[in-house]
Amino acid sequence: MTTTATKTQYEAVIGLETHCQLSTETKIFSNSSTAFGADPNTNIDPVCMGLPGTLPVLNQKVLEYAVKAGLALNCQIAPYSKFDRKQYFYPDLPKNYQISQYDLPIAEHGWLEIELDGEDGAPVRKRIGITRLHMEEDAGKLVHGGSDRLSGSTFSLVDYNRAGVPLIEIVSEPDLRSGAEAAEYARELRRIVRYLGVSDGNMQEGSLRCDVNISIRPVGTEQFGTKVEIKNMNSFNAIERAINYEIERQTAALEAGDRLVQETRLWEEGAQRTISMRVKEGSSDYRYFPEPDLGPIEVSAEQLAAWKGELPELPAAKRHRYEEDLGLSPYDARVLTDDRAMAEYFEATLAAGAPAKPAANWLMGDISGYLNNEKKTLADLPLTPASLAEMIGLIESNTISTKIGKDILPELLTQGGSAKMLVEKKGLIQISDPAVIETAIAKVLEAHPAELEKYRSGKKNMLGFFVGQVMKQTGGRADPKLTNQLLTKQLDG
Amino acid sequence: MASIRELHQQLVRKERSAVEIATEALARVQALEPKLHSFISVTADRAIAQAQQVDAKIAAGEAIGPLAGIPIGIKDNMCTTGIRTTCGSRILENFVPPYESTVTQRLFEAGALMVGKTNMDEFAMGSSTETSAYQVTANPWDLQRVPGGSSGGSAAAVAGGQCVVSLGSDTGGSIRQPAALCGVVGLKPTYGLVSRYGLVAYASSLDQIGPFARTVEDAAILLGAIAGYDPQDSTSLQVDVPDYAAALKPDFKPRGKLRIGVIQETFGEGLDATVEAAVTKAVEVLQELGAEIQVINCPQFRYGLPTYYIIAPSEASANLARYDGVKYGYRAADPDNLLDMYAKTRAKGFGAEVKRRIMIGTYVLSAGYYDAYYLKAQKVRTLIKQDFEHAFQKVDILVCPTSPTTAFKAGEKTDDPLSMYLSDLMTIPVNLAGLPALSLPCGFDDQGLPIGLQMIGNVLREDLLLSVAHAYEQATEWHKRSPSL
Repeated sequence: MTTTATKTQYEAVIGLETHCQLSTETKIFSNSSTAFGADPNTNIDPVCMGLPGTLPVLNQKVLEYAVKAGLALNCQIAPYSKFDRKQYFYPDLPKNYQISQYDLPIAEHGWLEIELDGEDGAPVRKRIGITRLHMEEDAGKLVHGGSDRLSGSTFSLVDYNRAGVPLIEIVSEPDLRSGAEAAEYARELRRIVRYLGVSDGNMQEGSLRCDVNISIRPVGTEQFGTKVEIKNMNSFNAIERAINYEIERQTAALEAGDRLVQETRLWEEGAQRTISMRVKEGSSDYRYFPEPDLGPIEVSAEQLAAWKGELPELPAAKRHRYEEDLGLSPYDARVLTDDRAMAEYFEATLAAGAPAKPAANWLMGDISGYLNNEKKTLADLPLTPASLAEMIGLIESNTISTKIGKDILPELLTQGGSAKMLVEKKGLIQISDPAVIETAIAKVLEAHPAELEKYRSGKKNMLGFFVGQVMKQTGGRADPKLTNQLLTKQLDG
Repeated sequence: MASIRELHQQLVRKERSAVEIATEALARVQALEPKLHSFISVTADRAIAQAQQVDAKIAAGEAIGPLAGIPIGIKDNMCTTGIRTTCGSRILENFVPPYESTVTQRLFEAGALMVGKTNMDEFAMGSSTETSAYQVTANPWDLQRVPGGSSGGSAAAVAGGQCVVSLGSDTGGSIRQPAALCGVVGLKPTYGLVSRYGLVAYASSLDQIGPFARTVEDAAILLGAIAGYDPQDSTSLQVDVPDYAAALKPDFKPRGKLRIGVIQETFGEGLDATVEAAVTKAVEVLQELGAEIQVINCPQFRYGLPTYYIIAPSEASANLARYDGVKYGYRAADPDNLLDMYAKTRAKGFGAEVKRRIMIGTYVLSAGYYDAYYLKAQKVRTLIKQDFEHAFQKVDILVCPTSPTTAFKAGEKTDDPLSMYLSDLMTIPVNLAGLPALSLPCGFDDQGLPIGLQMIGNVLREDLLLSVAHAYEQATEWHKRSPSL
């Protein structure tokens, strides 16, 4: 048989629904704390418990954070929006309705840019549409006795600490095509909310929760395939792997002639697979209607302008600037801008006079290594950007060698202080006077006649030995380049 | 029983102590409860303790406000810390709130003496107080008849002299209709004038707390004490509250010309002839007082009832979803599973009328019906509001009957919800428009049952309403009659 049946090529169509917990001190409609990890039912009050007669009052910080997130995602901010009641019965939902936003969300029609490595190493930038962003209250948490889930449990306990914690839900357009793109979208979203300071984006604590909608279709077709929702991924890697698994599963099903069903599937981290949780039969009827206990949400043009003015430079803008203005590689730009504190430290180092490339290298190399090993953050560091810039300046001006820089860095990292003063105190200034180096060379040659003999009889790789000896003589301070030159001259001459 | 002003003077002159006043009121509560059943809970210890505080203040020479030492009844849908708040329902039979409603907070700070929590239709759904899960309250003028509802306990307690004043709540007429049927003054304020914090919600966009009193002046004093902005209620209006009582003049003469409109649509089929005659007479009295009378058409008025029975149940179906047996209140025993617990708890915990409205609300909010019912009702609501806006371009106050009939017999309408709903025909459009309105006595029918005159004001014109009502009251004798108990 020589027939080669051309296999249908499929592409994935992926959208994300992300719930992001806002880092306000108090809840969205009441004044109890939003702190994570408190004893069950200690961060509660009559309002978030939905006790009879209590009324919600919007925390103005929630509106500010939601609008800022909307602006950062290039959305149109609604001058007039409202809250609605989304109704369903569940024990973790105190009022059996969730105060959310339905047809007039606070922000719509935005986008964010992701940057991935292309096949040739050049960065690939892609805009992912943001359908909408809205504010809502979180529900509490159920703890089931005798089972992980309600079904099969012998009893269930409810912890309402999380009830009423402010959330923004961000819905993307179905613009993503791979697990890697989706994971990068989620990372960029987290970067943005962290830059804004509106959320800690902690996935383990549930501050950032992503649900994936995915279908596949033959490449080149317009029509969407049967959509599957995946839940329960608590890392970016899990998002990527769950999507890759699902693409394979759906492709295999279609190739085997099976029909896909619209369903919700759970990602099982242990087994690295998705399993069916429930099959959707039509859409749920949440009986939304406008929340009569809250007035309309109005954002004036002045308020909007003021909040816009408070936005920091965002990660994508920084990446572009680092690459285009500072000449850094896309990789360096991405690493440095991943964390706002790192980017700010880097920029402060530049402002103190350091050139971009060495500053980037020091930060991404030795300093990041130190922080990772010690489990510390830049904020913990006694070394100031000015001192780092000073050290880089000493190297750039040949006052010290890079090696001396690496030698003194640990002390600067732990003790802080001026790099220059440390170098002076320790007498580490580089020796660039040829006469001094020649004296040292002379001493070395005199002390090692046998090695000199070897070298001169052809073992040119002995040069390293002599460099080492000269460095030893000078306490490592001899200018390495000059030492090389002078040694070669002496040895060969 | 004396008025607030009289009792206040007795207290200030040290002719009587607050404890004496409380004791006397509690004795009257005790004596009349077997007949009236106005109260779900009597809070005697609380009233005495509050009275002792007032007496201590007086003894220390401190100034006391007008409500200090005044016995008051509170409808059992306003949360009171440490005192059970049932809302007239089995499902909240043992619910003891850990927080105070804003209105009771303000009244307690003013030194008022709470003698008890009054009976009501379950979750304020009803027009006769017969849907209460606890008891049927009698009309003090005829014990075989209902006091109206849903705030029937509060109306009967004031009419029967068990307390001087009381608070009710009005979603579609629940203050004004029982005030009319019990021959007392009842006022529903502008939506947002009085905080709803702590008022167990029935229909959030319509609910408003207001006073019952035997005189307009007492109602004005009580309204002044509870009105005003509350940051805990997002629908609360940020407005200054005038001194309503101080503005009441015994010899009221409207400045400029007072224009009063009679709503034509409220006269016609279904209106008792005696009620019509009494209201017509009352309009003549107002004319004699110097008002210019006009006939006003409110063509959308008749759509009030159907509109209300879509919007109110919609909001109620969501507001009452929280009563599920999970966190507080009644929970059915031995459920098979979660769904069974919900179903049994709500089946046994709620009465028939509440279930009927939850079902109506759930139905009209369902996908596919929302536009046809809820959205359309909101549009009609806007039209009704516009009707009133047009009317208030021509007149300062609108008048009409409060209720098409006088008090009906207990049990007469319980099997016919539609005829019960018609009791609120005249009052419901006012809630939909968010306007202030009051009912005050304007006569008696041939069986000696009181008739109520409804006055409707423009937004936040409680001051004008009270002034005109006070002038009418001073010109008539109706308020001086008491039921013989």
